[in-house]
Amino acid sequence: MLSLSPADYSAIVLTLKLAAVVTFILIILGTPIAYWLATSRSRLTSVVNALVALPLVLPPTVLGFYLLMAMGPTGPIGQLTQALNLNGLAFTFSGLVVGSVFYSLPFVVQPIKNAILAIGQRPLEVAATLGASPLDRFISIILPNAKPGFLSAAVLGFAHTVGEFGVILMIGGNIPDQTRVVSVQIYDHVESLEYTQAHQLSGLMLIFAFVVLLLVYQFNRKQSQVNHVF
Amino acid sequence: MLTSGLLLCSGLKAEQATIAIASNFTQPAEQLRLAFEQHSPHTIRFSFGSSGKFYAQIRHGAPFDAFFSADQQKPVELEKLSLTVAGSRFSYALGKLYLWSAQPGIDLSPKNNDWQFATKIAIANPKLAPYGKAAVESLKQLNRLNNLKDKLVYAENIAQTYQFVLSQNAQIGFVAASQVVQQNKGSSWPVPDDYHPPIKQDAVLLKRGQQNQAAIAFLAFCKSKAAAKIIQSFGYQTLDNH
Repeated sequence: MLSLSPADYSAIVLTLKLAAVVTFILIILGTPIAYWLATSRSRLTSVVNALVALPLVLPPTVLGFYLLMAMGPTGPIGQLTQALNLNGLAFTFSGLVVGSVFYSLPFVVQPIKNAILAIGQRPLEVAATLGASPLDRFISIILPNAKPGFLSAAVLGFAHTVGEFGVILMIGGNIPDQTRVVSVQIYDHVESLEYTQAHQLSGLMLIFAFVVLLLVYQFNRKQSQVNHVF
Repeated sequence: MLTSGLLLCSGLKAEQATIAIASNFTQPAEQLRLAFEQHSPHTIRFSFGSSGKFYAQIRHGAPFDAFFSADQQKPVELEKLSLTVAGSRFSYALGKLYLWSAQPGIDLSPKNNDWQFATKIAIANPKLAPYGKAAVESLKQLNRLNNLKDKLVYAENIAQTYQFVLSQNAQIGFVAASQVVQQNKGSSWPVPDDYHPPIKQDAVLLKRGQQNQAAIAFLAFCKSKAAAKIIQSFGYQTLDNH
């Protein structure tokens, strides 16, 4: 029934690779941010909260437009890559990773932050009185108790990156095997009136998105039952 | 002028038309509308967007009376689906291709420049945009496609191609003369017209607008000498139907 072209398959593989790399980076980067946001009393938390949430409200084209400008030779990111003797980030896989990390950040930080908030200060304070170091408290209290939060974060970060379009369209350059992801491929099919091919890829995306959300809600349902027990 | 004057005298009732315009023609379209409405009782409303999306929307009953596409293919396809008024299709503008760099003072002519200094070369996606197809044909004509293929990056349309070069993420790119003429910066080389098939942009009266006097009058105006002048002032060429 499915008759995907080699270009379609290459777009699928590239999309999964991008989502995997971005999710990995986001969990590493997002965890300390979420931990700080959940535990700090600093006034700066509002500012960081707002910054992290920006991609939720900004049109992706705004983010993509600024990233494109920033990655150019006169932009801050472009100057940095030049100083480090690296090639420009625009139109490369690495560029997409950088853009997607910005774009999917709230989807990873929020669930982890909420999970840490749900644990509450008490267990951490008790552990501190018992002499546990901050790292110790993080590993033995936060990590095991916030596990569903981390799982939700990983799944949402992955899925959101798979569904990304506007940013990639702006900074990708539509290069096969490097920056032509599934959403761009679908756009190309639609724009060139290849509706059958567009249907197939769109159908796959729809099923994927539904299954992912189903998983997340299942997690959360189980999790809330656990919370009730406590 | 004469025809619109006659329209006024004959006391026809003023109508309104909604016309879908390919976004690369936004500015000339606005000028055309101003010139048209000065001498006509009718009013015109525009929707700007990508030709591919307009095509899909028109197929599904979008409320447009006429359609100015960025290519010839989509109006022809609509014609085949009997969604247009027979015989109404015409080329309102011919695109002109320029090689462009945001850096001033570079000689980009192929005689003096092999373009190898560029690490990225932006073109519009040849699958989607006639300007992209023309760029690929021109590279072939110059025997440079194979040498430069790995440097090509593809924009979704000609506006994005310009943006890639303007932000200097691509050092050079094949853009529309209309963009070079309107912005007037950087360095450019006009690609000779015989390097590629003509970049025809076609307009068509849609079935929905076949009784709409405003749409009919606007299409007629766009074939006039006055309209041709406006269109040419934005860097497009026009056919002799003007």
